[in-house]
Amino acid sequence: MEKRRKKRNVLPGFGLTMGYTLVYLSLLVLIPLSLLFVKSASLSWSQFWEVIANPRVLAAYRLSFGASLLAAALNTVCGLLVAWVLTRYTFPGKRLIDGLVDLPFALPTAVAGISLTAVYSQNGWIGRYLEAAGIKVAFAPLGVVVALTFIGLPFVVRTVQPVLLDLEKQVEEASATLGAGRWQTFRRIIFPHLLPALLTGFALAFARGLGEYGSVVFISGNMPMSTEIAPLLIMTKLEQFDYAGATAIAAVMLIASFLMLLLINVWQWRSGKRHIVG
Amino acid sequence: MSTISTDHPVSAVRHTARVTTESPVMRGVLIGAALVFLGLFLFVPLVAVFAEALKEGWETYAASLVEPDALAAIKLTLLTAAIAVPLNTLFGLAASWAIAKFQFYGKQVLITLIDLPFAVSPVISGLIFVLLFGSQGLLGPWLEQHDIKIVFAVPGIVLATLFVTFPFVARELIPVMEALGKEEEEAAVSLGASGWQTFWKVTLPNIKWGLLYGVILCNARAMGEFGAVSVVSGHIRGMTNTVPLHVEILYNEYNFVAAFAVASLLAILALVTLVVKSVVEWKTTLHLAGGEQNHEH
Repeated sequence: MEKRRKKRNVLPGFGLTMGYTLVYLSLLVLIPLSLLFVKSASLSWSQFWEVIANPRVLAAYRLSFGASLLAAALNTVCGLLVAWVLTRYTFPGKRLIDGLVDLPFALPTAVAGISLTAVYSQNGWIGRYLEAAGIKVAFAPLGVVVALTFIGLPFVVRTVQPVLLDLEKQVEEASATLGAGRWQTFRRIIFPHLLPALLTGFALAFARGLGEYGSVVFISGNMPMSTEIAPLLIMTKLEQFDYAGATAIAAVMLIASFLMLLLINVWQWRSGKRHIVG
Repeated sequence: MSTISTDHPVSAVRHTARVTTESPVMRGVLIGAALVFLGLFLFVPLVAVFAEALKEGWETYAASLVEPDALAAIKLTLLTAAIAVPLNTLFGLAASWAIAKFQFYGKQVLITLIDLPFAVSPVISGLIFVLLFGSQGLLGPWLEQHDIKIVFAVPGIVLATLFVTFPFVARELIPVMEALGKEEEEAAVSLGASGWQTFWKVTLPNIKWGLLYGVILCNARAMGEFGAVSVVSGHIRGMTNTVPLHVEILYNEYNFVAAFAVASLLAILALVTLVVKSVVEWKTTLHLAGGEQNHEH
C-alpha cells in the first residue's frame, strides 16, 4: 500500500497543472456559461414562455432542428459512402481528396457561407442548373440544408473511417464462404459493426448544425418565419438590446446541445472510443 | 502435383479478392457517387472562392487586400490569434499533463467539461460575454464607472476567441499523452531530473506532433471565428473588425470581388492548415510504425 502510493506520486506538477486547469476552465467557460442560466432564471416562467412560444421563434426552432436533421441524415448516407470509397478502393487523387474532407473544419464559416451562396444562387455555377429545374437553393430553406451539409460533412467520414480500417477481412471472407452475397455481407456483417460510429457521426453533425451561424446567414436570406435560424434570432434580439429574449432562446438551444453532448458521450463510453475533432 | 501447388494459391488469392470487394462496375459507380457528392459540397465551393476573387484580375485582387480597412482587420486577427493560441496551448499542456499522468476522481467529467465550448453555438459563446461585460451585464456598471471597455472592443473579441478555441490543444494532447503512458517520465524523475527537465527533455519531444496539430487547428479557428466574434465586436470598421467580419461587411455592401479576395486569404490559411495536418498525420503513422517494428525485433 505504502509502495503503491509512493509510485503514484513520483511525477511532479499535479497540483500546479490541475489547479491551473480548473481555474482557467472555471473563469473562461464554466462561470460565463452558468451565467446564461442564472440570467434566464431571472425571467418568470410566463415571460420565458412568451419569448419561446412566439410564432417567429417557433418557426426558427423548427427550421434549425429540421435542417440540421436533414443535413445530418444526408451526411450519414454520403459520409458512409465517402468513407467506404476512401478506405476500400484505390483511385487517382485519393490522398488529396482524403485530406480535403477536413476542409469544413478548417475553412472559416463566413468564407463557406459566401462561397456556397455564390455557387448555389440562381446565377451560380450549380444554382443555374437547379434553377432551370425549378429548384431554388440560395435564399430558400434548402439553402440552410446545403450550408449545414457542408459544415457537418467531415464528422461521419472521420468517425466511420477508423472502424472500417479495423474491420477484419476474415470476417467478410467467412461470410462469403458461407454463401452470403456481397450485399448480404454488408447488410448483416459490416453495417451492424459500423452503426455506433454512424450514430456518433450523425449526432456530432446534427449538434454542429444546430448551433451553426456563419455559413447559414449568407445563403438563407434570413426571412422571418421562413429562412431565419434560431442563432440568427438570438443575434437580432441582441441588436435590439432585448437581452432577456436572447437569453431565453439561447437557453433552449443550449439545453438541446448539452443533451446531444451527453448522448454522444454515453455512446462513446459504451463503445469505448473518444470522438475526433469538432 | 507441382501444377496444383502453383495453381491453387493463385486461384485462392483471386477468389478472396473477389469475394471481399465489389465488381469493377459497382466500384466505379460508388467512387463516382462519392466524388459527385464531394464535388457539389466541397470542391466547387472551394474553387469558387478563388474564381470570384480573381474575377476582375490580379490588380483588383491585390488592391482589395492592401486597402487600409483590410489591413487593420488582418492586424486585429493576427493580434487575437497571438493572444488566444498561446494561452490555450498553455492550458492544453497543463490539462493533458494532469489528466494523462495522474489518476483522480471525476476525470471523465473534466474531459467532458473541457469539450463543452464545442457544443455551444458560436452566437451563444458571444452572448455569454455580452451578458457578463455588456452595459446591461453583470459587471457592466462597474466597468463603465472605471471606463473599461470589453464588449464591442478588442478585449471582447479576444475573450470570445479564447472561449471557442478553448478545447483544441487539450483534446489533441490528452489521447496522445494517455497513449504514451508515464514510464519514460518516471524513469527520468527517478534518475534525478527535475519536473521541468522531464517535461522539456522527455515529454515534449514525444508529444511535439500532436501539439503542433492542436496548435494549428486552434490557430485556424482563432483566425476564422465568425459568429462569436460578430456578437461581441460591434463592427466598427478599422477598429473592431477581424478578417471574417470584414468579409461580411464587404459582402453586404455588394463589394463581392473584394469580399472574396479577403476570403481567399482565409481559404489559403485553411489549405495550409490541412497540409500541415496531413504532414503531422504522416509523421505520427511513421512514428507508430517505427515503434511497432522496434517491439517486434
